[in-house]
Amino acid sequence: MIHAASIDTDESALERALKGGPDTDGQAAAAAAAAAERLTARIVADELADIGYAPVDSPFGTLHAAVTRRGLVRLAFPEEHPDAMLERLARALSPRIVQAPSMLDPVRRELDEYFSGTRRTFELALDWSLIGPFGRRVLRKTAAIPYGAHLSYAEVAAEAGSPRGARAAGNALGSNPIPIVIPCHRVLRSGGHLGGYGGGLDRKRWLLDLEQGGR
Amino acid sequence: MSDAPIPFQRFIDVHREAVWRFLVSSVGASDAEDCFQETFIAALRAYPRLRAGSNPRAWVLTIAHRKALDAHRARARRALAVAEIEALDGRACSEVATVAGTHESGLWEAVRELPPRQRSAVALRFIADLPHRDIATAIGCSEEAARRSLHEGLAKLRQEVAA
Repeated sequence: MIHAASIDTDESALERALKGGPDTDGQAAAAAAAAAERLTARIVADELADIGYAPVDSPFGTLHAAVTRRGLVRLAFPEEHPDAMLERLARALSPRIVQAPSMLDPVRRELDEYFSGTRRTFELALDWSLIGPFGRRVLRKTAAIPYGAHLSYAEVAAEAGSPRGARAAGNALGSNPIPIVIPCHRVLRSGGHLGGYGGGLDRKRWLLDLEQGGR
Repeated sequence: MSDAPIPFQRFIDVHREAVWRFLVSSVGASDAEDCFQETFIAALRAYPRLRAGSNPRAWVLTIAHRKALDAHRARARRALAVAEIEALDGRACSEVATVAGTHESGLWEAVRELPPRQRSAVALRFIADLPHRDIATAIGCSEEAARRSLHEGLAKLRQEVAA
């Protein structure tokens, strides 16, 4: 309760009473957070966001996935900080990005099935807009490699129309924005060497073993 | 590299509390929820056009200020409609003024009854903690006029609460 007399004589008492607004029970921060959650739910329901993102559990730890209206656009390994991923998406595509776990339900479901060995082909719609023309040719060929099979970098390059571009194909595979789902782990060096992998060679080996039924 | 604004989710996380406090003080708890949603949805629509050099906090509070004005106008229309019906019914209109039906201290009722510019100046200064320059931007006047509105608002509040 504010005492009129003290306000009448002391300006700073009035200013102190005004500070922070009508938050006598200290609930403003929690109320604002709850209002923000309802807001995000409405933005998702009314399809006002261009990109939705959410964490996705995996045997590698927490992945971060992002979808647009077209489909899955990014899948990031745990080492990539989600803020960095979102800032890159804001620059490359749109800053209208909200946290939207429900938009990622199909991604979560298919990845769970894949990691448990019950899914061999992803049916998710993909958004290729982060990938340049050459990368698209390489990654589309890569996406067509069947579960459990592999190609060499040279073979993928040849299929993408640049027979001497094994190194360039390697670079395109290394910057695959949707690893696992676009199975760049199925591309090996000729002679059976693993080659490289953006998520680390241990994970590449793990995925190849999974697809050989070894997990 | 372009100067895209930060991802909108981060923008909400950073500014939600200032916007919420401003709206609760300006329109009351019962109308704050709708104003809050409308503020951020309007911000989302215009968001890609927000330039890197501008002050995002002042920008979103400018939108909140306008939504608060809309809410006050809508409330005045509702109050008028209720008053007309009650007048036709021959009932007393004495309780029409307390449409918001909140149980807050008289200070916040007094804030809400200030003229729009003074109300926003007081709320933006003390609740959202904006400097005079940004208050001026938000309510669309000169910095000097913003100072004056703030001063007059505070003087009126001192009178009201003392009365």
